[in-house]
Amino acid sequence: MKTWIRTHRFTLARRVVQLSILSLYVAANAYGFMFLSGNLSSSLVMGTLPLADPFAILQMFAAGALVGIDVLLGALVILLFYMVVGGRAFCSWVCPMNIITDAANWTRKFFLLDKSVERKIWLSRNVRYYVLALSLILSFVMGVSAFELVSPIGMLHRGIIFGMGMGGAALLCIFLFDLFAVKHGWCGHICPLGGFYSLVGRLSLVRVKHDHTVCTSCMKCKEVCPEKHVLGIVSKSSGTIVSGECTNCGRCVEVCESHALFFGVRNYINTNVGEKNDE
Amino acid sequence: MSNHETQHITARRKFLTLMAQSVGFSALGGMVWSGYLAEAKAAPLILRPPGAVGEMDFLRLCIKCGQCVEACPYDTLSLAKPGDNKPLGTPFFTPRNIPCYMCTDIPCVPVCPTGALEESRVSRVIEGVNELDITKARMGLAVVDVESCIAFWGIQCDACYRACPVMDSAIVLEYRRNERTGKHAYLVPIVNSTMCTGCGLCERACVTEKAAIHVLPLEIAKGAIGGHYIKGWDASDEKRLETQSSDVTTRTKRSEKSAQDYLNADEEVFK
Repeated sequence: MKTWIRTHRFTLARRVVQLSILSLYVAANAYGFMFLSGNLSSSLVMGTLPLADPFAILQMFAAGALVGIDVLLGALVILLFYMVVGGRAFCSWVCPMNIITDAANWTRKFFLLDKSVERKIWLSRNVRYYVLALSLILSFVMGVSAFELVSPIGMLHRGIIFGMGMGGAALLCIFLFDLFAVKHGWCGHICPLGGFYSLVGRLSLVRVKHDHTVCTSCMKCKEVCPEKHVLGIVSKSSGTIVSGECTNCGRCVEVCESHALFFGVRNYINTNVGEKNDE
Repeated sequence: MSNHETQHITARRKFLTLMAQSVGFSALGGMVWSGYLAEAKAAPLILRPPGAVGEMDFLRLCIKCGQCVEACPYDTLSLAKPGDNKPLGTPFFTPRNIPCYMCTDIPCVPVCPTGALEESRVSRVIEGVNELDITKARMGLAVVDVESCIAFWGIQCDACYRACPVMDSAIVLEYRRNERTGKHAYLVPIVNSTMCTGCGLCERACVTEKAAIHVLPLEIAKGAIGGHYIKGWDASDEKRLETQSSDVTTRTKRSEKSAQDYLNADEEVFK
C-alpha cells in the first residue's frame, strides 16, 4: 500500500486538483458558494479575478468577435500561467477529460489490449496541430467558435456543472476510441486544446529533469508516459525534458525507482550546468 | 519525358507532399465539421436571455461559461446540452417550463464576461445616469394562435392578460361584439409588439393544453414591410416622401406599355 501511494503520488494529487476545481464550480452553480463560478471556458474567482480559456478567445477572434475586456484579461492570466510556469499542465492537472482517458488507458492495460492487437492503427501526434489550425480556419469561415461548439471537453465540464443531457454518449465514444482504437488517442493525438497548450508551454519553467548517471534503463517511465516520445533523452544523457508536449503529469517521476527523474525548474540563466540537452 | 527514375526526392518535395496530404485530410474533416456547424447555427427557434445581441453575433460572442445561468434566481436559463438540438453550451429558456420573471436588477446581464449580453440593451439614461430597465428587453414576441385561444371562442379568459408584467400595455384586451349569441362580448388578447419583452409569463399562464399564446424569436415572429410603403394618413410617415429621391422609374422593361399590348396582341380575343 505504501509503495502504491508512492508510485501514484502525483496521480493522486492530480485527481485531487481536478476534482476540487470541478467541485468548486458545482458548488457555485448548485449551492451559491461563489468562490469559483462559471466553468473552464470562463470563470470568476471570488467575484473579482476573471479567468478565461485563451484557445476559446482565439477562436472568437477568428470568428470576428470583439470580446469584452474582462474576458481578455482572464485569458491573459491563464495564458501567462501556462506559458511561464505550468507548461502543458492544464491537460493533466485541470482538464476533466484526463480522468476519462486515463481510465481508458488503465482498462487497456488491464486487458492487455496493446499486446493482443496485431496491427496497431498509426495516427500522427501532429494531427492535433492540424485540428487546431482547422478549428481556427472554420471559426473564421463560419463565424462561430468552431471547436467550442463540438468540444467534448466542454460537454464534459458543462455536463458536470450544469447537466449532462446526451453528452454522456459523446464521452463514451471518446472512452471507446482511446480504449480500442488508438492508445492515448484523444489527449495524445487529436485534441486541439492539447495542441494549443503544447505550443504555449514550450518555454515554461516547471519541467521534468533526468539524471542518466543513476538511471537503470528499466524503461518504466516510457511505459507509463502518455507522450512517451518526449522522454527521448532517458538513459542516454542528463538534462531537461523540453518538449512542449510533456503534460507535467509526473507519472514518470513517481514510477522511477532510482530517482533518475524529478521535477525541477528550467535553468535559463546558466545553460552550462546540467542543461546540455536543453533545446 | 520520363525521368522518374533519376528524379531525386528532395526535402522540399517531401515537405510539400506532407502539406498536400494534410490539406487532403483537413478538407474531409472540414467538410463534416462545417456541415455540423452550419446546422447548429441554423437552429433559429431559441430564446436568449435579456440583453442578448443579435443571434449571429451572439453565437460569435458567447463563451458558454454559464455565469448568466448561475445568476438567474428562478432557474429560468439553462445551457444547451447535447440532445437539446440547439447550439451547444449557449444559454436559452423555455417559457412554458420557466419564463423570465423580469427581475428589476437583471442579475444575468452584468455577469456576462464577453458582451454577448449587453447592459446598454436593457438600460436607459435617466438624468444622465444609466439605469437598468428590464422592460426594454426584447427576448422575443408573444404570438396568439386565434384558433386555439378560447377567448376567440367567446369564453371569458384573461389569463395571459393578467400574467403579463407589462399589464394592459404589452397585452391589451380588445372588446368585440359576439354575433353568434348577439348579446355577449369577446374579450380577445392583442399583443403590442412595441411593448412585449418576450418574457413568456403569458405562455406559462395560458390555460389551453398546448399554449395558445407563445413566445417566438423576433426574427421569426415579425415580418418587414419594406421602405416603399408609406402611410399617407400619418403625417410623420408622409414626411419620408420629402427625403425620397424623385427618381422612381421602374426598371422592368415590360411595364411601360405591356398592359395594353398584351390585350391588343392577343389574337384569340378577337376571333
